Amino acid sequence: MAALCEEFTLCGLIASAGAGAGQGILGLEPGPDPDRVLLTDRGRTATLYKVSDQKPLGCWSVKQDQTITCPAVCNFETGEYIAVHDDKVLRIWKDEDVNLDKVFRATLTADVYRIHSVPHTEPLVLFKGGAVRTLDALLAAPQQEIENVISDEVIRWSEAFMETQQPVLIFTTEKNGNYFVYVQKVNPNILHKYKLEQEESFHPLSFTAYTKNKILTLLCLYSNGCVYKLLMSLQQRVPEEEQILSKSLLLKMVVSDTVLKGASLAILDKDHVAVLGCLDSPPNIAKECLSIWNTKFQTLQTSKELPQGTSGQLWCYGEKFFLTHGKVLTVIVYKCETSSLATAVGKLKDTQTSGMRTVSSYVNWNTLQEEDLASPHAQQSVAAKTESKRTVSFRDVFPLLSLQELRQFLSNAQMSDFQATVGYIITGLVNRCKTEPTFYPRHCLVQLIQTQGLSYSLCPDLMAVALDKTDVHLLQLCLQQFPDVPEAVTCACLKSFLSISDDSLQGTNVNLDSVISFIDITPNDQVEKQTETVQNGFSSALMEEDSCDIQLTQKPHVVDTEELCPVGPQKAALLNAILHSAYSETFLLPHLKDLSAQQVILFLRYLQFLYIKCSEKVSTDFPGMLSPTINQIMDWMCLLLDAHFTVVVMLPEAKGLLFSLHKFVRAQVRFCSELNKIEGSLQELQRIKHQKDFGLYSIEMLELV
Amino acid sequence: MGEFQVHRVRFFAYMPAGIRCVAHSARSARLALARTDGALEVYNFAANYFQEKGIPGHETRSTEALCWAAGDRLFGAGLGGDISEYDLEKLRVKYSLDGFGGPIWSMAADPSGTQLAVGCEDGSVKLFQVLPDKIQFERSLDRQKGRVMSLSWHPSGTRIAVGSIDLLRVFDVKSGHAIQRILVDRRLQGLYSCECVVWSVAFLSDGTIVSSDSVGKVQFWDSEKGTLLETHPVSSSAALCLAVSEEEDSIVVGTSEGAVYQFQLLPVKWGSAESKWVRTKPFQHHTHDVRAVAHSATALISGGLDAQLVIRPLMEKMHGKGYDAALRKFTFPHRRLVSCAKKAGLLLFQFPQHLELWRLGATSSAGKDGDILPVSRAPEHLLQLKSKGPEHICCSCISLCGSWIAYSTASRLHLHRVHVENGSVSVKRVPKVPKLLCSAHQLLCSADSTSLFVASDQGAVHVLKLLEPGGCGPLQTLRPNSGSPEAVYLLAASADGDWLAAAGGDWEVNVYSLRHFKPHCTVPAYHCAVTALAIHPVTNNLVITHSDQQVFEFSIPDREYTTWSRKVQQHGLHRGWLERDTPITHITFNPNQPAHILLHDTHMFCILDKSLPLPDDATPLMNQTALKQLSEKARRGHAHAFKICKKYQPLLFVDLLEEGSLVVVERPLMDIKTQLPPPVQQKKFGT
Repeated sequence: MAALCEEFTLCGLIASAGAGAGQGILGLEPGPDPDRVLLTDRGRTATLYKVSDQKPLGCWSVKQDQTITCPAVCNFETGEYIAVHDDKVLRIWKDEDVNLDKVFRATLTADVYRIHSVPHTEPLVLFKGGAVRTLDALLAAPQQEIENVISDEVIRWSEAFMETQQPVLIFTTEKNGNYFVYVQKVNPNILHKYKLEQEESFHPLSFTAYTKNKILTLLCLYSNGCVYKLLMSLQQRVPEEEQILSKSLLLKMVVSDTVLKGASLAILDKDHVAVLGCLDSPPNIAKECLSIWNTKFQTLQTSKELPQGTSGQLWCYGEKFFLTHGKVLTVIVYKCETSSLATAVGKLKDTQTSGMRTVSSYVNWNTLQEEDLASPHAQQSVAAKTESKRTVSFRDVFPLLSLQELRQFLSNAQMSDFQATVGYIITGLVNRCKTEPTFYPRHCLVQLIQTQGLSYSLCPDLMAVALDKTDVHLLQLCLQQFPDVPEAVTCACLKSFLSISDDSLQGTNVNLDSVISFIDITPNDQVEKQTETVQNGFSSALMEEDSCDIQLTQKPHVVDTEELCPVGPQKAALLNAILHSAYSETFLLPHLKDLSAQQVILFLRYLQFLYIKCSEKVSTDFPGMLSPTINQIMDWMCLLLDAHFTVVVMLPEAKGLLFSLHKFVRAQVRFCSELNKIEGSLQELQRIKHQKDFGLYSIEMLELV
Repeated sequence: MGEFQVHRVRFFAYMPAGIRCVAHSARSARLALARTDGALEVYNFAANYFQEKGIPGHETRSTEALCWAAGDRLFGAGLGGDISEYDLEKLRVKYSLDGFGGPIWSMAADPSGTQLAVGCEDGSVKLFQVLPDKIQFERSLDRQKGRVMSLSWHPSGTRIAVGSIDLLRVFDVKSGHAIQRILVDRRLQGLYSCECVVWSVAFLSDGTIVSSDSVGKVQFWDSEKGTLLETHPVSSSAALCLAVSEEEDSIVVGTSEGAVYQFQLLPVKWGSAESKWVRTKPFQHHTHDVRAVAHSATALISGGLDAQLVIRPLMEKMHGKGYDAALRKFTFPHRRLVSCAKKAGLLLFQFPQHLELWRLGATSSAGKDGDILPVSRAPEHLLQLKSKGPEHICCSCISLCGSWIAYSTASRLHLHRVHVENGSVSVKRVPKVPKLLCSAHQLLCSADSTSLFVASDQGAVHVLKLLEPGGCGPLQTLRPNSGSPEAVYLLAASADGDWLAAAGGDWEVNVYSLRHFKPHCTVPAYHCAVTALAIHPVTNNLVITHSDQQVFEFSIPDREYTTWSRKVQQHGLHRGWLERDTPITHITFNPNQPAHILLHDTHMFCILDKSLPLPDDATPLMNQTALKQLSEKARRGHAHAFKICKKYQPLLFVDLLEEGSLVVVERPLMDIKTQLPPPVQQKKFGT
């Protein structure tokens, strides 16, 4: 994943003679070492900066009436700096030189466009006429005749590379809206000329190029926001006739109707490009921003708005962007990792590992497809594969492992397709689980359920399988996600949950969101809870008030059992999932009868605990989406008592429970009736108050006695 | 005992005007108050805060400053650029004098009361000499840049502190030069570019200048050195006005958020000689800008754009929790703005520039106490009479039969003949109404609608014969024997047309015999202002209420107080009655129940049953709800003379129609509040 890191200011840009900061600078070239850059402004000055220290190391100016016309470059071989002023005068100096007036000077016979300095070779001088000379050849005979290669075309951009120890220079020219590309190899001197396909409404804004395997790739940013790729072979020895280059779309950045302005393009690595530009779509205000795009997946990796405006110039040396932002030259450090699908969709976890990272996590699906590996990934792939024949699109799906990938893939498809596909996958998986007792892709099932596109009817056997395996987490998810769990299954789940011991649930990754509001899930839950403020009329003293038969010594014990949750947090969360599920009383009651007496008592105690906890709050509801509401608790309590009343009444251990429940409910009822009285009085007050409005005129009766 | 159909009227859209400035005179214990519509009111604190005098407003007059000078003379100045003296006897502007300095923002009288300093738009401070019956321009102090928003005399009379925009200046009166110039910091919070208007200044005798400004701060300055002593931010908007107590130990500040703050000069330590100004008490009685404050010896007085005058007694100056220690709020005038044509069931509402005539609705059903009856005929707005010219209407009346409407502005009396016939209304102006030499202060039609009584200056009452169809006779004048200088402001005529009672500004009540057209007698003088007068239709007893809540009954034929009245004086009125807040503003009678007197103030109306025993302080005054729960028999034992109904509030008018139904005119405060502009936004807790 590519990212923009810190940003700092290298230097301020003074609006130098004749050119405001808005026009940017003449050039920024790499210095003798990676941490140094050579900045040439549009006036008379070239400055060498140390980037990490943000300070200038040296500054050289030409005389008052002279202007530097070609950005100063560093000759990597000799460590000298080369610049051209007044188009024709070449200056070469060293670090220790102070006065540019006194350094080596050579006057040439033709105007220089740029000097390109490439490591391990002699700098190349590109003349405005299109001729190219190496610097040493030029210095040997400064007054030599320079031929004019391009007739009346204007050079727009140029770049130099080393390809197989040979310097190659590429430059583009424009004439009447036609763009030409020249590729000049110096040793031996071969010039290729290409013509760019003409585009009616759009024109190229920025070029950038790289070479690889003797193929020169030119990327070209057009004003419609598209980046096109043009390939040129460097192996052609013989100059041919002018060829027309066909371009292929590499990246489309913007929607239609927007026009890109003042943009420039930089290549970061083989999959990433950086674009600096100003998107101008009429209703919005033009925003300049720097963005990094992944060309492989056509995704925007990161972007940064540059509110103070730029000159549209972007340089990129050594993982740093250099751009003029407002009145300063800003350096933005970026990171760009080799992209994989995993990183593109955010699946790759460890992005901070060393350079090895990109390789290790890249899974080759082609090989996996063939082999039947024992890993769950492979199993799943195979399982998916077996089912793939059912749907046309499934073939495309199956090499993808993670759900997000699947989602990404299906994001183009219609929703019904998506659901059906997921349904097919899960049915396949479940079928296989049933036939193969050892096969149980838990992780994958969880992820599939989390798509929220599933329902019980789509995969009727899933919950049965999960019950078989006592996969409580999956069951919890199913109960929470499926809108149509049958009452029988709900009851089976309930039974299963109640029978699992709390210890065995300790390690499971049950979602505890629904219990954190009322159970302290930290290990030492022996916190003093007596000091809690009691609201909503709840008072344990109130419950005791009319039961003199209970001795005072028993009181602390009673309080304890009421305040401590009878089940562990995991089990509580599972039971909450049950409370939350939809049911119909008539269908639920017969199944509820299946519970054993112990289970009923346990569940009842938990419900009582919830009820008391609930009533302590003013809102009588626990916060959170998944927490049970007081109505759900009451309904389940009534249902449970309905189903098992005869049993519960007979059980000695249930007696105390029922007794305290009864007392609490009675206290609540009393409290509610008091509230009702207050409500009645308040309503009466309101009625009296309402009477006060009489309008502008009324006839009333008044009796004075 | 008394069952009424009550026409509960809320369609009188009366809007009191906001209070612009106040001036308190400690000498006469009076408060002069100017409203935004130019009206002037004088409250007499000694007479239980009764609104003793009123001068109607004027479209073009806007009073920005009021001051008492040279004894009890009242001067006002406003944005018209004129300085006026008010004639408080004749209730009008005595004269106006152009200040020649553009709009006048501030005015203050020097401590001796012989000079007026006037702060003008053009930046000048002008001094006027107060002469016995005029004022005369004396000189100008050095003119400076920036309008003079506020000024204050040093108690010695040698210096004047002047508040302008962004600065304060101190002038030496003798030389006329500015001797100190103090820049007032603009920013407390908010924009520095907003200029800082010094809305109010006060010059203390120790040379300290107190200023309050539009930034919301109250600052204390050393006038000698020109340095800032203390800054107290009181408001996030403006601190509009301030006033200092006579002892200079307390300051009251009004802000545009409606809050009033008190600052007190308190010793920094117990027993220490060094003392410091401390903001002590905040009061929030207003919802809108408090444009005017005054500091009496015992109370903070504030008036705001929400038209409320609030008198907040200072508890530390009060002895015990007495009647005087209660907070007073005045929203409604102590004058009658509604007249009722009892026979025709019409109501006439008086607005500053127009009159509205309404016919009451009717119902065909009956009910018991508390029922709201279905209205079979809705009330009807019959007529709107607009007064021409910039002067506001000062009084109005409708005859009992509803066929004559009279109103008066400061300069003219208008009389209209109205015909209301099955739904169609026609109104005809009566031509050739005799011109009054002075304004009418009260109008009243006789019971048989044949004459109009016009209360006038110097105790005089003019009588105008009303002639059918729509004419009037010549003016006849009744004058008291005593030759009072004060204007008559209350009138009452007897039902048989024989007697006319008139109460004047000197609180003298004269009774005239209309049959002989001469003064009949004078009611024994009482030391408190008369708030309402009425003559009983059967017994011809004159009932008088005073601002100290006393009720007297005076028999006109016998020229003496009646036995009942003497009994009341002997027994004393109930404490609850005496401690009521607002004066009785209207008295009426029930012809079917001669023993009943119907009275009302803003918060209650009362049937005073003379046949029943007077309550003593031990029995509750308000006993209606208790009585209603008792049996018929038990009631007799508990009933007392005052039958008070507080169901309808605030009351502007109560009258009994001829057919026996009651009209109450209410003006809910909420209705007034909704008409006010939105107040300064304030963060309230919990909103």
